[in-house]
Amino acid sequence: MSVAKRIIPCLDVDKGRVVKGTNFIDIIDAGDPVEIAKKYDSEGADEITFLDITASHEGRDTILDVVEKVANEVFIPLTVGGGVSSFDDVRELLSVGADKVTINTAAVSNPNIINDVTEKIGRQCIVIAVDVKKINNEYMVFTHGGRKNSNLRAYDWCIECQKRGAGEILLTSMDKDGTKDGFDLEILNNISSTIDIPVVASGGAGKLEHLYDAIEIGNADAVLAASIFHFGEFTINQAKEYLKGKGILVR
Amino acid sequence: MKKISVIDYGMSNLHSVFKSFQKVTDKKYALSVANSSKDLEGASIIILPGQGAVNSCMDRLKSKFPDLEKHIANKPFLGICLGFQILFNKSFEDGGVNCFSIIDGTVNDFRNDIDSKYKVPHMGWNMVNQQQDHPIWDNISNNSFFYFVHSYYAKANDSSRELSTTDYGINFTSSVIKDNIFACQFHPEKSSANGLQLLSNFISYSESIE
Repeated sequence: MSVAKRIIPCLDVDKGRVVKGTNFIDIIDAGDPVEIAKKYDSEGADEITFLDITASHEGRDTILDVVEKVANEVFIPLTVGGGVSSFDDVRELLSVGADKVTINTAAVSNPNIINDVTEKIGRQCIVIAVDVKKINNEYMVFTHGGRKNSNLRAYDWCIECQKRGAGEILLTSMDKDGTKDGFDLEILNNISSTIDIPVVASGGAGKLEHLYDAIEIGNADAVLAASIFHFGEFTINQAKEYLKGKGILVR
Repeated sequence: MKKISVIDYGMSNLHSVFKSFQKVTDKKYALSVANSSKDLEGASIIILPGQGAVNSCMDRLKSKFPDLEKHIANKPFLGICLGFQILFNKSFEDGGVNCFSIIDGTVNDFRNDIDSKYKVPHMGWNMVNQQQDHPIWDNISNNSFFYFVHSYYAKANDSSRELSTTDYGINFTSSVIKDNIFACQFHPEKSSANGLQLLSNFISYSESIE
């Protein structure tokens, strides 16, 4: 027996509020991270990811407040990312109750941050967010919220992250993100079958069978999705029942 | 008010453990962080969460809490993760570290003993197979999922100490019981409703053995 495949809802947070909304009819404040996190926990979410999209520097500290408030009331693993640029940022987020921190741009510009966190705190808490886009038939890693081509090949970069001690890879296909027509199974399977650390699939979930494909064909250890859960198309329970029916081990 | 002391040896993140107990005890206990043996005096319940590597954990525990064994000999005690592993005779992490020998058995490296198709650390939700009827399992179904994060696994030699086992390429001990001592490899403070139920059951069990 192995660990259950995880279903992870992802919430965008701007200045302490969940944006892009959710349409849960039974929560009073659709922008309140605590209420939304509680709702997802009760539906069977295996983990919750918060992506801080706060642009202004002054607003950055609000994510700490969000994590602390959620961690006081929701007792499942919490992952936080967005704008994490230093070892101290990681430590601060963990100290207020995050279990894992995702790093993207900072890891590409200073890969030693991966070794640093792994050696001082442990590999389980560091997730490398890898945003990929297919350019001339090659998957390349993008940073700065998808605006900048790092000129690193996704395959090489994921191997390097693993060598440096990363605990997990969050692999987002920029080509598929927002399309709702399924995950990029090619790069997903390519990375998952190459590296030994867990791979979380992200970008493109629109139907429940996409989740199944990411796990079964893409070999993902977990699937992350936003809109299909936020807008009530499916509950996490429905996703789990569907996967269970297809023989996938879920909690 | 009765006191619950959560041991802080300087390496583990106490936030979730602290908050989860705050939630399940509903202000009936005073929760405090213990930084030295003195802070354990007067505690009704002692909690040892653990993270990090075993050698520095043992070193720090011995220097900050030299009489820890005396305290946990007669008070309800909960060990979590590394706080569970250090109860065994020896851990093979960090080249081999002698531990408290409260539970007969050893702590071994998954990588030596399981097929390489299993990823290490063992991280995620896995099933906890109850080996004995015990009030710790009240209202928790057998084979419920709990959250694990660890690279070394424990195996108790005496199966009567095993409260549960879990499979991950190998069958290992996922929780133990010995009179006033309960300890688990998984993280109840991260295991949603079942985890909170278990913590609440532990409090009730503690009260029943006082």
